[in-house]
Amino acid sequence: MPGAIYAEGLVKTFGDVRALDGVDLEVPEGTVLGLLGPNGAGKTTTVRCLTTLLRPDSGKAVVAGIDVLRHPDAVRRSIGLSGQFAAVDEYLTGRENLQMVGQLYQMKAKAAKARADELLEQFNLADAADRTAKTYSGGMRRRLDLAAALVVSPPVMFMDEPTTGLDPRNRQQLWEVIKQLVSGGTTLLLTTQYLEEADHLAHDIAVVDHGRVIAQGTSDQLKARTGGERVEVVVHDREHIPAASALLDKYSLRGPGQGDTSVEEHMRKITTPVSGGAKLLAEIIRELDTDGIEIDDIGLRRPTLDDVFLSLTGHVAEAAADDGARDTEKPPSGTAPARRP
Amino acid sequence: MSAVTDAVRVAPPGNPVGQSIRDSLVVAKRNLIRMARIPEVVIFGLIQPIMFVVLFSYVFGGSMDIAGSTSPEVYREFLMAGIFAQTVTFATAGAGAGIAEDMHKGLIDRFRSLPMARGAVLTGRTLADLVQTALTLLVLAVVALLVGWRTHTSAGEVLGAFALLLLTGYAFTWIGAVIGLSVRTPEAATSGGLVWLFPVTFVSNAFVDSGNMTPWLRHIADWNPFSATVQACRELFGNPGVSTSDAWPMQHAVWASLIYSVLIIAFFRTLAVRKYRSAAA
Repeated sequence: MPGAIYAEGLVKTFGDVRALDGVDLEVPEGTVLGLLGPNGAGKTTTVRCLTTLLRPDSGKAVVAGIDVLRHPDAVRRSIGLSGQFAAVDEYLTGRENLQMVGQLYQMKAKAAKARADELLEQFNLADAADRTAKTYSGGMRRRLDLAAALVVSPPVMFMDEPTTGLDPRNRQQLWEVIKQLVSGGTTLLLTTQYLEEADHLAHDIAVVDHGRVIAQGTSDQLKARTGGERVEVVVHDREHIPAASALLDKYSLRGPGQGDTSVEEHMRKITTPVSGGAKLLAEIIRELDTDGIEIDDIGLRRPTLDDVFLSLTGHVAEAAADDGARDTEKPPSGTAPARRP
Repeated sequence: MSAVTDAVRVAPPGNPVGQSIRDSLVVAKRNLIRMARIPEVVIFGLIQPIMFVVLFSYVFGGSMDIAGSTSPEVYREFLMAGIFAQTVTFATAGAGAGIAEDMHKGLIDRFRSLPMARGAVLTGRTLADLVQTALTLLVLAVVALLVGWRTHTSAGEVLGAFALLLLTGYAFTWIGAVIGLSVRTPEAATSGGLVWLFPVTFVSNAFVDSGNMTPWLRHIADWNPFSATVQACRELFGNPGVSTSDAWPMQHAVWASLIYSVLIIAFFRTLAVRKYRSAAA
């Protein structure tokens, strides 16, 4: 039994652009997969293929146990989609918007209205229920859009960059809503450009670039792949850089003199990869103190998803360069719809 | 939030025709609410034909030879069928712009991800436009009566003429739907929906007697689907200036208008629904 969302070898080309170049995905039931990648990597195209909006040129997709290519209508009854835009009608009220979506999910008018009221309450929009969506803030529109995707409590949800364009407070709020939703057992595929968001919401992360999944795993697994922890020291005096650098190099992972320790002169920052955690950090601080090296800052850093992302996509860029000029000139896929200004 | 995951049943697929009608009505209602909340659009839609009535009848009125008469009163009666017909075809631009805007704002994506009848989004839009067209015609008819337009036939024939006008307008909104689904922005749909209407409505019998055109142009005008509706209306209203051309659509204007409209709907609806199904925002 494949997961709630399963894709194998999805390929989609637009003219010369290979937007999807064999995407494989599997999302177990009740979990969240974060699809992470730069603009034009193929995130939106993947979501559009899985939600029946776009027919892939080849490949296989199964959502909620239903073959997407063979029974798109049955899939539509089992999914909720919150696209890149807050797709609500600005001239309808919040309630009218939700009621319309309910009716188009084939609910009776009365049931759709009752469900709309329930959702408005849950999404903190009850006070604005009878105002047109035009008067809503960006965050409110997003919440209304999300509510519309949840009208029938679909077992599988897709969200395409749900927090793009929101301020930090609204983003936090939306994260809470999404977390509660997932704790209820919904399977969710979420695309994002924000590593922090994937780290925060997703059980599993798939990194997409040039239409392929280039890495998949938990946030910790991906970070471990990129490398371990490192110590960063910022010295107060520029003259202390050589001494501090030599001191840190003693503790570097592969031993001194291997060239692992790096210096950023203008920042007065010295970095070296280590293993040994907080205990080692304390030892380094004591030694710096003994040698009379004054420091502005010291810390143990673990890789962030940003590091993961940079190192992963960096590798892809190198591989492409080896393949010759044609591939390096490959334009970013123009599949993502133009964002509204 | 716990209730979010309480299963809310999605009705199993029922009778597809029934579903298609229900879904279309839900979408039509949505578009009518929009129109009511953006009355400017309806009002501007009215100003233009009224302006045409006034400009044409007073500026051109005295210099037109209609059925052997150069009287402005005769031209005014002659003109109205043309203005009515032109007005209903201008609904094309509204339908196109509306659909292009829905696409631009991601609403078409939302609709396409819902288990609803495939043609319903477009049918709902064209039905709402039909309601708007009917309202516009009503106001325009009152204005026409005020400037001296009269009908000289039975009420049934007059109503028949308005029914033909509505059918023509409805057919043209499907052309608008195809335009709306083919362009990138609502602005392009508005201008793209209008430009081609000028030659279609002017190379016709709407504002002048096509008998005075050079032969090749008259030929186009006589076979223009738009001319058939205008001719049919003149006949049914009992207005002057009915074309005596022996082109088939001019001799059988009511039938020609009906056939043209049905053909336009059949062709452009099929095209529009196909475009909708593969629409990429």
